[in-house]
Amino acid sequence: MPTWQEFIEEEGHAPEWPYPIRYGEENVITADVLILGGGIAGCHAAINAARKGAKVVVVEKGMAKRSGSGGAGVDHWLGACTNPCSKVTPEEYAKTIIDSAGGYDCGSLRYINAKESWDTLLDCEQMGVQIRDINDEFKGADFRDEETKLMFAYDYENRYNIRVYGHNIKPCLYKEMKQLRVEIYDRVMVTSLLTEGGKQGTRVIGATGVNVRTGEFYVFKAKATVLTTGLPGRIWVFSTELRSSFRDFNNTGEGFAAGWIAGAEFALMEHSGSDSGAFGYIAYGMGNPSNTWYGSPIVDANGKEVPWFDRDGRELKTVQQRFQPAPGQKFILGQGIGVPSNYKNQTNRIPINLPDRIGKGEFTLPFYADLTRLPDQERRAIFGLMVGNEGKSRIPVYDTYTKAGFDPDKDMLQAPVMPPEEYKVTNFWGGMAVPHWRRIGNGGLVVDWDLRTNLEGLYAGGGPIFGAGAHASAATSGRYAGRKAAAYALTATEPVVDRKQVDDEKARVYTPLKQSKSGIGWKELNAGICRIMQDYCGQYKSEETLKIGLRLLKELGESEASTAYAANPHELGRTLECHTLITVGEMVMHACLARKASSTFLNFFRLDHTEVDPPEWHKFLPMKLEDGKVKVKELPLDYHLRPPYAPSYEENYKLHCGLKR
Amino acid sequence: MSDKVYMVPNPPTPNKGVELNPEICNGCNQCVEICRSDVLMPNPEKGKPPIVLYPDECWFCGCCVDECNQPGAIRMVHPLNQSIVVSWKRKETGEYFRLGMKNPPPPNTRPPVR
Repeated sequence: MPTWQEFIEEEGHAPEWPYPIRYGEENVITADVLILGGGIAGCHAAINAARKGAKVVVVEKGMAKRSGSGGAGVDHWLGACTNPCSKVTPEEYAKTIIDSAGGYDCGSLRYINAKESWDTLLDCEQMGVQIRDINDEFKGADFRDEETKLMFAYDYENRYNIRVYGHNIKPCLYKEMKQLRVEIYDRVMVTSLLTEGGKQGTRVIGATGVNVRTGEFYVFKAKATVLTTGLPGRIWVFSTELRSSFRDFNNTGEGFAAGWIAGAEFALMEHSGSDSGAFGYIAYGMGNPSNTWYGSPIVDANGKEVPWFDRDGRELKTVQQRFQPAPGQKFILGQGIGVPSNYKNQTNRIPINLPDRIGKGEFTLPFYADLTRLPDQERRAIFGLMVGNEGKSRIPVYDTYTKAGFDPDKDMLQAPVMPPEEYKVTNFWGGMAVPHWRRIGNGGLVVDWDLRTNLEGLYAGGGPIFGAGAHASAATSGRYAGRKAAAYALTATEPVVDRKQVDDEKARVYTPLKQSKSGIGWKELNAGICRIMQDYCGQYKSEETLKIGLRLLKELGESEASTAYAANPHELGRTLECHTLITVGEMVMHACLARKASSTFLNFFRLDHTEVDPPEWHKFLPMKLEDGKVKVKELPLDYHLRPPYAPSYEENYKLHCGLKR
Repeated sequence: MSDKVYMVPNPPTPNKGVELNPEICNGCNQCVEICRSDVLMPNPEKGKPPIVLYPDECWFCGCCVDECNQPGAIRMVHPLNQSIVVSWKRKETGEYFRLGMKNPPPPNTRPPVR
């Protein structure tokens, strides 16, 4: 009787909740370094803080052995600029990405990633992740270095992105944490940060949490805290009925909301992109020539191949050329970084005018990814090494399709059939993007060269830091933040928790259990929040509609959300997530109000300020709560290279990294 | 068919997320412990397969399948609106196959990269 329906038919009643119910019971846990979120960034932070001798506690809403966006695996490691084969320097790489983002990226984070990404990968290798072709499966391939047995992605000339067998990366990190005696609290959702004196804007001294299986309450006291809770989703689009599943459902921005309420400073929260929401397809699971499938030949219904081009519109006749920079081009940026590449480092691709060519009848839908046209090693690098190790495709695509008979040596995998204009983006499985269905962009906590926030004791790694990133940058920034937080904790004073702050939070957390059962549940609440965000903070924004949106979010919080009902600890967690989403939505709307100009870089369009990227608005607008009021300031895009910091990346890194180099 | 009919809410969508095989599953609950979303709950009866309580919260990551040490006990099932359009064409013969088809071709036995 593995289904709920079968259980009821056999037993005649609903199954009882399988875990003990302990609402309100309080556990007090003490740490030197508290890590909030046990994903990729959190695990690296924990490991590196523990290696410094700190007592480390990890709080994770799911199960740290596998949870987080990178929990199911990784297939290629970005920005490993210091690997022995790389022809790209950390400085070049960091500058390129920041330029591509129009300056709207986190300079310190980006440089730290470029500098330590390879070291982080070597660390993973020590923990048991295979990062080389040790079985000589790809011996002699263009993308392999015969000496180190490293294998590269996207750019075989410059060799700074590495293909890895990372399917077990999370279990390896988990084992390492256990060996280092890191205390892990799984199934505990973070609900707030604790601050000195219970006041906004003071030193962060821990956090509160609630167990989503038992309902018990946690007070974590810590000298230093690292926020690694990932990027919030479910803000504009929520449906369990019709959904693609690329983003982890559990990422709802607890770290963002808790940081905001504690007085932490955020930037770029106005940045968002259109999302396919319900119209997406199985991630990496439809024919396409992008990311894990980069280099794959695309043919139309009649077997006619779609040509590839370099940045100058030069047709690339051979497969090998797809993995080489254009004549005169230093290196290609590849995909999956979170910033579009500009002309300088543009990645090779199928034609940008493919929609027109479909419209004119030059190509007949549907398209197929025809891996049979590739040399054997390239084919098995895609449908094998990459699709077989990337977490969102290992079991869902590689294992499932293989068992269903798909054979890359013989078969062509169909691409989704969409309106022609959708083929301008090469990542076909992303599906049709709807303008007012959005996802959060590169917004997050403002950090310094220690990856510390404006609040003493609060550090960040991975998604919660503003700026773009992927698996390797989450890992690297987590590692760095863990190290820095531990160094701080070793000199910091004992935290003293403010009892009233704990009691107030406890009362808030358990409210959904005490509501009338006629209140709405978390799903409907989530969908309501999304409707406000779509209508009042969609593709086009204006002062008037944003203000209505803020009013509606506030009203929702005071009425429907405050009477929402939860039946068990699981629903309690999901309901509290909705409260979090309301706060994140407010943060986004405040940030949108503050930027009184449009920007293509930020995918930000205001109907009342239509000028696009005027120079005077080329700046960050960090915002925070001060005495409960939103305060916005201005910060130059290159603040990380201005006083009090040194004028170069290298100097700042040397001064702050905490390593003997 | 059951004699007794109960008032139950409509099935959640997607319906499955994962599917357990009671013939193979030994009720060890390792899948329950690994799932980030608590899609699965331990069966009140020890040794029985877990109950799929929240299929609508599945991330379709397959970590439960990876964790299981009883091959075939648990299977990840894509939502129908996703799987129905997964299809491929055999180049030589022009045959058309799809995920979930009635008479699927035999599994590809060329050993997967693990």
